[in-house]
Amino acid sequence: MEVSSPQFKQKSRKALADEQLQRAMGKAKAGFIGKRRKAVDALPEFEALRSSARAIKDHTLAHLDLYLEAYERKVIASGGRVHWAETAEDACQAVLDICRAVGARTVTKGKSMITEEIALNDFLEKNDIRPVETDLGEYIIQLRGEHPSHIIGPALHLNKEQVEEDFRRVHDKLPAGRDLSQPESLLGEAREILRPQYFAADVGITGANFLVAETGTSIIVTNEGNGDLTQTLPRVHIVVASIEKVVPTLEDASQILRVLARSATGQDTSVYTTLSTGPRRPGDPDGPEEYHVVLLDNGRSSMLGTEFHEMLRCIRCGACMNHCPVYHAVGGHAYGWVYPGPMGAVLTPSLVGVEKSGHLPNASTFCGRCESVCPMQIPLPRMMRHWREREFERGLNPATQRFGLGLWAFFARRPRLYRLATSLTIPALSGLGRRTGWFRSLPLAGGWTRHHDLPAPEARTFMQQWRDRDTRKQEGGVA
Amino acid sequence: MSGRDMSGREAILGKLRVAAGGGSADAARQEAVEKRLARPPRGLIPARGQLEGEARIALFCQMAEAVTATVARVRKADDVPRAVTHYLRARNLAPRVRMGADRRLKAMNWSAQKSLEIGHGPAAPQDEVGVSHAFAGVAETGTVALVSGKDNPTTVNFVPENHIIIVDAKDIAGDLESVISRLRRKYGRGEMPRVLNLVTGPSRSGDIEQTMLLGAHGPRALHLIVVDG
Repeated sequence: MEVSSPQFKQKSRKALADEQLQRAMGKAKAGFIGKRRKAVDALPEFEALRSSARAIKDHTLAHLDLYLEAYERKVIASGGRVHWAETAEDACQAVLDICRAVGARTVTKGKSMITEEIALNDFLEKNDIRPVETDLGEYIIQLRGEHPSHIIGPALHLNKEQVEEDFRRVHDKLPAGRDLSQPESLLGEAREILRPQYFAADVGITGANFLVAETGTSIIVTNEGNGDLTQTLPRVHIVVASIEKVVPTLEDASQILRVLARSATGQDTSVYTTLSTGPRRPGDPDGPEEYHVVLLDNGRSSMLGTEFHEMLRCIRCGACMNHCPVYHAVGGHAYGWVYPGPMGAVLTPSLVGVEKSGHLPNASTFCGRCESVCPMQIPLPRMMRHWREREFERGLNPATQRFGLGLWAFFARRPRLYRLATSLTIPALSGLGRRTGWFRSLPLAGGWTRHHDLPAPEARTFMQQWRDRDTRKQEGGVA
Repeated sequence: MSGRDMSGREAILGKLRVAAGGGSADAARQEAVEKRLARPPRGLIPARGQLEGEARIALFCQMAEAVTATVARVRKADDVPRAVTHYLRARNLAPRVRMGADRRLKAMNWSAQKSLEIGHGPAAPQDEVGVSHAFAGVAETGTVALVSGKDNPTTVNFVPENHIIIVDAKDIAGDLESVISRLRRKYGRGEMPRVLNLVTGPSRSGDIEQTMLLGAHGPRALHLIVVDG
């Protein structure tokens, strides 16, 4: 997928003015936060489980090479194949080769953010293979030619009237007078339309929430059942997963499962947790004849051992964006690539480069809610700060910002000059704003005063006030 | 493995080795990994997953109903066919079901249900009702565990609109970890059935305006029959 993160500011401005989007985001915010809270409150062990889940991933990342090798051995032993892909292009090509080898014309797809990351649909279409998204949200955005705006709710930015419009436009063989005013009828229609597609597809592609080294198993976690139909009915099942999805054992997967759904949708567990190990076995009445795993790196191995190492614990639950005031305000598309919200603000610079996505770690109020709800205890604000530092070190900030910071640094390193300069400007500003105590507008501060007033400073600088306070104390005055 | 796979593999693992162990897979790291794989730590089990006896079965039923599955309890395996017919009638469904050749299902007294038509083998689009026998239940979440195999088609679990799952009360575990231990005993250490389906309620989607709606792509209704004896 093309990176449009450099346009974050313009896109955000547009998003803030989009009434329809603002209505959808309002609903999402209220829903996600309350549901998670309820599920977490109902499980006294939740906090201890977070620490347990974190420890599992820390251990795995410290031995990632060994666990991936163990995983690969077990996949091969169960009759599956593993394809290692360093880049998005390698992964797309691996999928295409498998599809071509069986003469595939259509593939059904379960929901997978990794296939969004590698832009698999575009690649398959260019090579005359038709991808059909089967998750309801993914299906809707595929009809619209859009990308997901949320990692677990791809169509979160839409209202039902928009979905109805799309269904009427695309499902044009169905009676025009049918009632589609309720979400139930939209869901029913998608179910009827997609049903024959599952049976007709040559290849089914899913992602994976976990890969289990102990058994060579891939795990998907879904609510709709589309992932299961996708991987059961076609002749070939391809799992596309990134390398940090591996966990050592089935018990380890179980521990993390206890925090995953609660953090994501507020369910105790998702409806379907499916563990798949290899292709159809002798005597099996159904299931795929071939089972492939495409293991994607795409920049992750370079994060290991750096200040962004801990980001590799992420299990893609979406809790950070569900609780993020910036995400609530601008929605997912403004972020300009696959991963929005706080996890996207950390991951996107790691995977596509900070020169293209420096706006994302800057778009944070550092309120810390993301870290406090992250089931894997990832220090997201700290990592956003690391990106800001790197951005400055590499001279990527705009010239005015660098000039301002440079000017401030010049004075800050020369305390006498600093005191002199502030003792002249502060009383002047204070005098100017004396009438109301606020500035409605101020030269050079338009970015702030366009949206809110700026308080006028006190007549004396902080340093001056501090000195006065000390003097009073010595005289036995106010403590 | 093709040449590209091979070079990708070496490149990725090489980078990971440098980051993790300074370039070598030393003995201590190797040992830590082998130990964990050979003796998986059980982790933290919530108190809710540690109930015994009737309290455990009651929690299983309660959790399943909380996610809008329906639950019936019968005394013995031979009561199951009648319970199935009863369910179909109550929901106004045709007396036709699809099931695999699972020996526990086969042993039941189906012939007493004169009007009931039973299709065996994988499910097809026209099948309205699937019947499966669970490998186990999990009380903590109201989940049933289904394993694939020559007598248990996976399609029966997902294609029909209605799914009836039989679970023996003695197979209901407190937590998923206990089910994992049972899988190891049955299939061997490090081995798994081709598919293990953990099913918790009927299918649903919240993709339109965050409203959870039942009946997405999998079954619209899930009925559990718990066999006590």
